[in-house]
Amino acid sequence: MRRELNILIGGEAGQGLVTVGELLTRALIRSGYQVHVTQSYMSRIRGGHNTYAVRAGIENVHGPAQGIDILVALNSETLELHREELTPGAVALKDKNAQASDLEAVDIPFADLAGSALYENVVGLGVLSYILGLDREMPAGCIRSAFEQKKPEAVDKNLEVLDKAYAFASKSGVAGFNLDEPKGSAGLMLAGNQALALGALCAGANFCSYYPMTPSTGIPMTLNSYARDFGMVVEQAEDEIAAINMALGASYAGARSMVATSGGGFALMCEGVSLSGMTETPVVIVVGQRPGPATGLPTRTEQGDLNLVLYSGHGEFPRAVLAPADPGQCFVLARRAFDLAEKSQGPVFILTDQYLADSYRNVHLPDPEILEPVASPEVCGEVQEEYERYAFTPSGVSPRIIPAMSRCLVVLDSDEHTPDGHITEDLQVRKKMVDKRLKKGDILKQEVILPAYTGPQNPKDLLVCWGSTRGPALEAREIMGSENTAVLHFSQVWPLDAEHFRDYLQRAQRVVFVESNATAQFAQLVSSMVQPANMAYVLRYDGLPLDGQYIADNIL
Amino acid sequence: MVSMEDFGSFETAWCPGCGNHSILKCVKEALVQMELEPHQCIFVSGIGQAAKSPHYLRTNVYNGLHGRALPAATGIKLANPQAVVIAQSGDGCNYGEGGNHFLAALRRNINVTLLAHDNQIYGLTKGQASPTTARGQKTKAQPAGNPSEAFNPVGVAVAMQAGMVARGFAGMQDHLTEMIVKAVQHPGFSLVDILQPCVSFNKVNTFAWYKERCYIPEDHDPQNWEQAMALSRQWDEGIPLGVIYQSHKPTFEESLPHPTGEPLFNNRPSIQKLNEVMSSFA
Repeated sequence: MRRELNILIGGEAGQGLVTVGELLTRALIRSGYQVHVTQSYMSRIRGGHNTYAVRAGIENVHGPAQGIDILVALNSETLELHREELTPGAVALKDKNAQASDLEAVDIPFADLAGSALYENVVGLGVLSYILGLDREMPAGCIRSAFEQKKPEAVDKNLEVLDKAYAFASKSGVAGFNLDEPKGSAGLMLAGNQALALGALCAGANFCSYYPMTPSTGIPMTLNSYARDFGMVVEQAEDEIAAINMALGASYAGARSMVATSGGGFALMCEGVSLSGMTETPVVIVVGQRPGPATGLPTRTEQGDLNLVLYSGHGEFPRAVLAPADPGQCFVLARRAFDLAEKSQGPVFILTDQYLADSYRNVHLPDPEILEPVASPEVCGEVQEEYERYAFTPSGVSPRIIPAMSRCLVVLDSDEHTPDGHITEDLQVRKKMVDKRLKKGDILKQEVILPAYTGPQNPKDLLVCWGSTRGPALEAREIMGSENTAVLHFSQVWPLDAEHFRDYLQRAQRVVFVESNATAQFAQLVSSMVQPANMAYVLRYDGLPLDGQYIADNIL
Repeated sequence: MVSMEDFGSFETAWCPGCGNHSILKCVKEALVQMELEPHQCIFVSGIGQAAKSPHYLRTNVYNGLHGRALPAATGIKLANPQAVVIAQSGDGCNYGEGGNHFLAALRRNINVTLLAHDNQIYGLTKGQASPTTARGQKTKAQPAGNPSEAFNPVGVAVAMQAGMVARGFAGMQDHLTEMIVKAVQHPGFSLVDILQPCVSFNKVNTFAWYKERCYIPEDHDPQNWEQAMALSRQWDEGIPLGVIYQSHKPTFEESLPHPTGEPLFNNRPSIQKLNEVMSSFA
């Protein structure tokens, strides 16, 4: 019996490894295991070398793991590329026709068992489920849920192939890797992008414009599948500039509006970010980071766009930047982003990355019924001759009325404007408007999410991280020794208040900044506020996600 | 009853004699004729002298970024299909900076009206060639003559079989007012390209120059696409005004998978539906 296992499925794009991986992940989650999925793929539609890694355990599995316990090779390249990563006692499964030099691998007659290339996925699923000791009903149930709605005629054939795969595996003599009885309860199976989309739906988001870009496209795609039920408009714009301007127009007219993109697309949106700041129009902007500059590594991961997001848009105006650690936080912070955007009447960012966007976990979400309502603008039923969209108030927030819903007139302007929204070159008004806009930053500061601290009070090493690197950092803490290592994780990277982290940085003997970028962008930001005595870094920027062992091995 | 006074009167930042003054008057006149009240309309503009027009109207105004009036107008219309949404900006804004958005708006056929003040020059930045400046025309920034072909917005819109394509002239106010009314009433995307002399920077396309050439073709059937294409290519020998092309096809907002016609503001998710969606991930 094992407490956890790392399974890697590898092959070419188009071979169906994602389908096998997703079905297996669902079966594991339904069985009550904790899972963590890392997807690595190349920027091509067919061919190349892609992997789908499922780590499953009876306790929390925070991040990707090194070492492969079960390798499923859909082509011979996978065997060659990953043979060095096999753990002692590992098993490799391969198609019986794939070449394997001197590596010992179990031959699976994929084609014979499947009867058709369409069902080869299910052969993989069946053999894996058998090896993991999952009851046949688990994968069978997952097949039913996957096909019953979309393609009911395929259910029986898939189940038949599943049974053949179980029968084959039981006779093949392949070692079992039965996992211990799970401790947890089955949650939902959600990747970062899906969880973020659900959080947006729960927040009442009803407008999303986007231009497709990896790794964020999954967000509008998920929203699209519920658009009809939720009366949501999801529009594929002609470009990112249009996307953000549409979202802002929709927000002005009363929609709860968002855009989703990645660094390159976001670079085009920066003019719109500034417009949101100037016109005090709420908008939620999701930036799923991938390695740049320019087109970079389109399908890999990085945390390289923190500075772009922090400083995007010309001129000065407040903003909030949220950075979820995992799919569960993607859901919660998506809701929060809409609330903050409305309260501060401006742009709020959610920074994710490819690793998080595509990483499935078992997630327990809060009941939508008990969630606090998201802030909302006003609709004025009466004529307000004096209504001023940019009225000066002590908080800097002016009452926001929606145009064309009442007799009030709402005037919005990208130029510097008077309280009633009209162009002005009165420099006294200009100064008051700048002060008003910046004052709204106080609201964001009051609502800032505090960094989360895990570990002893006076650690030898404090690992400081943000966004999706929390899991790997927590694992590194276990590897480095939990009695003398601590983790400080930021789910919100702007605004920051040094009072929230000064003590932690000063109590540790050494502060190690862990980031998926080459220039330690967050370390620069934090250390400009509190300078720790002794700083070190773990910076990964080869396009792959950090993991606990990598962090422990690479402290500079 | 709606009156001209309901739309207010403002001091403008335009040069004396600028075509914008009469266009503004025509816009007000058209709104009054349609009995549209100020709060029912949302005027959307970009940047430039024409883009200031909505500031001189008592109505809802979204004065956004240079070239981005159409995407903003699209978002507004999608968020509230009941509002009358009119984008109003110049040739630089719509055909230069916003060229891609102009093409997309033609393709979408969203029920938005575009009033494009076309003075064939950049006024606010003091006299550079615009996308509609004639090839060879000398300007401050193109002293050897504009090296690029003039963009033909009417021709492109007709080629795309856009909802409604019209041309007006600031010097023929009754006709222009009629064009604006027809455009706003057209269900689908409508363009009124408005010839507008720039008295400060365009010394070629003057009131006299336009007056000499503008004419209203007789017996033109706007449903006849071939005829409309031919008209859209006329220029130096005579500039046709009026509705050049009109087609009736479903609007973008009607073609959405779930056209509600309701403002999205009124749309709040049901807890039951949220629970159903969430449980589908189990």
